[in-house]
Amino acid sequence: MNVLVCVKHVPDTETRVKVAADGLHLDLGEANWVVNPYDEYAVEQGLQLKEKLGGEVTVITVGGDDATKSLRQALAMGADKAVLCSDPAFEDADPWSTARILAAAAAKLPCDLILSGKHGVGGDNQQVGSLLGQLMGIPVVTVVTGMDLEGTSLMLKREIEGGTEVVKASLPCVISCQKGLNEPRYPSLKGIMAAKKKEITAWKAADLGLDPATLAPSFQLKKMELPPPRPAGKILSGEIPDQVKELVKLLHDEAKAI
Amino acid sequence: MKVLVFAEQRDGKLKKASLEAMSVGRDLADATGGSAAAVVLGQGVAGLAEALGKAGAEKVFVGDDALFAQYSNDAYGLAVGKAAQVFGAEALLFSATAMGKDLAPKVTARLGIGLLSDVTGIVTEGGVLFRRPIYAGKAFATLAPQSGKPFGLTLRPNVFPVKDSPKAGEVVSLDHGVVPGDIKAVVEKIVTAQGELLDVAEANVIVSGGRGMKGPENYKILEDLAREMGGAVGASRAAVDAGWISHSHQVGQTGKVVSPGLYIACGISGAIQHLAGMSSSKVIVAINKDPEAPIFKVATYGIVGDLFEVVPLFTQAVKAMKAGA
Repeated sequence: MNVLVCVKHVPDTETRVKVAADGLHLDLGEANWVVNPYDEYAVEQGLQLKEKLGGEVTVITVGGDDATKSLRQALAMGADKAVLCSDPAFEDADPWSTARILAAAAAKLPCDLILSGKHGVGGDNQQVGSLLGQLMGIPVVTVVTGMDLEGTSLMLKREIEGGTEVVKASLPCVISCQKGLNEPRYPSLKGIMAAKKKEITAWKAADLGLDPATLAPSFQLKKMELPPPRPAGKILSGEIPDQVKELVKLLHDEAKAI
Repeated sequence: MKVLVFAEQRDGKLKKASLEAMSVGRDLADATGGSAAAVVLGQGVAGLAEALGKAGAEKVFVGDDALFAQYSNDAYGLAVGKAAQVFGAEALLFSATAMGKDLAPKVTARLGIGLLSDVTGIVTEGGVLFRRPIYAGKAFATLAPQSGKPFGLTLRPNVFPVKDSPKAGEVVSLDHGVVPGDIKAVVEKIVTAQGELLDVAEANVIVSGGRGMKGPENYKILEDLAREMGGAVGASRAAVDAGWISHSHQVGQTGKVVSPGLYIACGISGAIQHLAGMSSSKVIVAINKDPEAPIFKVATYGIVGDLFEVVPLFTQAVKAMKAGA
């Protein structure tokens, strides 16, 4: 059972953002960059399958050299191999370009199953896993919170509004992982030491047979803004029962919210 | 611009978000001198065309087939792609619901076009521009489609109004070409969360609890208030990570990003990753013991007090108001 896990290197969720001087991008300051939280569920799932069935777990990312930090983290958790797809032509990669880069790389990395996080925090697109599956012509099941594998047959649970869909699929396929699927492990000291010795393969556009001209973003960025500050609110005072009465009155008469 | 809107139904009922998308589609078509159509898939769904016509669809492509009785991204992906080709769609609109987010990338990858997720604003003066939150709403990006290239959008529910804009809504039977063997990932069944209130992603009122809830047994008081208001129960990451409530309730950067009409934060301090997920709510009520809690900075109304005292009184007061109205 060989598993390919797609990860993304992202600023953690405590990051405060500012608009950069160019008015188009974000200044992330001294953000702490980490493995995308949802991708940790994907790495963990890959490792559990390997422990049960044998085979290898390969992690892959599209990003700059700094993204090796996230690859090392996944290697320290127990992944066997890592691939960094990095090229100046990939710098502005949107989900559609990212999926095509990953599809070109996946073609060189035969595997039975591809796992990704539900979405990458920051970009918040929730597209890449689905695009990748469609490009590769294999089934895609997204937002997965439960997974049972018997032979090549999969029973999956995926989250929908107010419930769960139970989906049957078979390998090979792409699965995007949601919180609840498992508890990601922390790397052990031994794992961290071993990860330092594992090799990270680097592929550029030419290695993947990709023409940079075809990787232009589908939408052109025009402006970046922060949300407008909310107007100052009203902190109520007095005895609690009176405050509650006033609150309900305000919600009804002033805010028209109830 | 020729705009095609995917209209989502479950159990034969159109989602309100789909009518919102239809209204956006109509506006986009009018602003660019084009036409708007819808595509609806299911079994026994032709009757839904009328509502879509009322919201601005000139044509409604209907795929009425047992193959579409249960949603699958394989069958729906093929059929919507086919409808886009038949109509010559230049813009393809979905709602950013569970189904829309699963389906849209399958279709756009099939068509080889770009997709913009979770759009919350559209400008049509002097060229078409789309606005969308990133970092769960910590920032907003404005983007333009590449001229002359078709594209897809998912639209965040509860943001765009449903408008009456009656058009013919002419039913066109969709020659979808889907066969049973196309469905590789099969939905076996849907398990509805038992006795649950609305999902936070769909609710117009959310009553949310954080670390101040102190334990899972206390969520009942939030459920009572949510039920009284026809809303949903939400939670902060702290409460979910403590195991008090399931992740499907989590609001924030690693949960759901919501913009309800009313968000009531109970015992939530307001970590930045939580604020990002809810601060575009229209009205925010904060109930917290700590007057310094960051949640008060985004609150429309705040009560500094013990939620275990405030929330039951709040429920009673809403009940009394409804009885009096």
